[in-house]
Amino acid sequence: MKISLEINGKKHEADVEPRLLLVHFLRDVANLTGTHIGCETSLCGACTVLLDDAAIKSCTVLAVQADGCRVTTIEGLASAGELHPVQKGFWEHHGLQCGYCTPGMIMAACGLLRENLSPSEAEIREGLEGNLCRCTGYQNIVDAVESAAREMAGAVK
Amino acid sequence: MIRLQHNVVHRPRTIDDACTLLAEYGPSAQLLAGGTDIMVLLNAGLLQADVFIDLWPLDELRGIDDLPDSLRIGALTTFSQILRSPAVERFAPALAAAARTIGAAQIQNRGTIGGNIANASPAADSLPVLSCLDADIELASVRSRRRVSIHSFHTGYRKTALAADEMIVAVHLPKTRTDERIEFYKVGTRRAQAISKVVLGARMQIAGGIVEHIALAYGSVAPTVVRARAAEAILLGQYPSPELASRAVAALDRDLKPITDLRSSAAYRRRVAGNLLERFLRKALQH
Repeated sequence: MKISLEINGKKHEADVEPRLLLVHFLRDVANLTGTHIGCETSLCGACTVLLDDAAIKSCTVLAVQADGCRVTTIEGLASAGELHPVQKGFWEHHGLQCGYCTPGMIMAACGLLRENLSPSEAEIREGLEGNLCRCTGYQNIVDAVESAAREMAGAVK
Repeated sequence: MIRLQHNVVHRPRTIDDACTLLAEYGPSAQLLAGGTDIMVLLNAGLLQADVFIDLWPLDELRGIDDLPDSLRIGALTTFSQILRSPAVERFAPALAAAARTIGAAQIQNRGTIGGNIANASPAADSLPVLSCLDADIELASVRSRRRVSIHSFHTGYRKTALAADEMIVAVHLPKTRTDERIEFYKVGTRRAQAISKVVLGARMQIAGGIVEHIALAYGSVAPTVVRARAAEAILLGQYPSPELASRAVAALDRDLKPITDLRSSAAYRRRVAGNLLERFLRKALQH
């Protein structure tokens, strides 16, 4: 089936198998391997991307369902060599160790901050409930998102 | 005439087109909305279907209408939309509470109320709320539109009253009165991304000191979401007391048929179901 979608601002057209998962399209067709595959059961959140600005798990969406949509992956965050505030937050607050969950965690945080630019600690924890991290114990991830929210709120003012 | 194809995902743009496809393919077609249940089964090789009808592009199935006596929630309305809806917060806050516990943000962004109803899981978190609110499900096919009560929609374990050519288009929730107490309780292994061990949607109205109306709907303790009719009968028309609450809890044994499975044991579920009822009655009587 022919699909056409915008990934990180760039148009992609392809003829894909109906059963192809969006995450496989991103990694194997669009060659954007920053999005990781974890559980393929929508539990771990490693494959989280933004689909029309909402955080979703790309292992449980068909590529053909993204036809006509906008997708944002981890590769689409930094611009002109400048890290996105959420990426910077993870960097500065050591929000990762092995890094496997990080792209999904960052995209889930971006989805949260789109809805709520000044989340409380509890709201950050709730917003990231769908993402598992086996290294950090989450505290530094929460700190990273808090710091990103502060920076983004400052930029808006 | 729509050309039939196999191993294909159809993406109709109107309800009429979707119904036509369903009528053509019948039971060999699998409806797909947000995919939060279907895609997990598909990835695990547990679902055989050559034809998918993806309803996601059908914007006419989305949205919440605030009608004089009811809320009409389109089948494709996501749990994110439900939990942010001022109308739901005002007239059916227990549904917003249930929506908040479904999966986590990513699942709430894709999971739909119609999908939760159609998937017919006994552990579906929204269904006890729909049951205690006496919701109606609106169905469409090329033949007709009809409304079915939530109480007769789920006919057995993962079985529904949907005909092979029918789809859910909306759910109708009668508005609750401001003097009614409605609560949603969910017990699971963790708060997010966990399938429920026990769910309770409970609704009570006290008038003149007696229980004027009571609805107790449990999930995960029987082959379908069930109303605890025996416990309701004990409470109805009585002056609430701790003694009455104990009798209602005891009556749950006649209402619930919990099983032991990988999530929990039957004994634990029975005990927790009673504890949730006690908690609800205690809280409701404080007001």
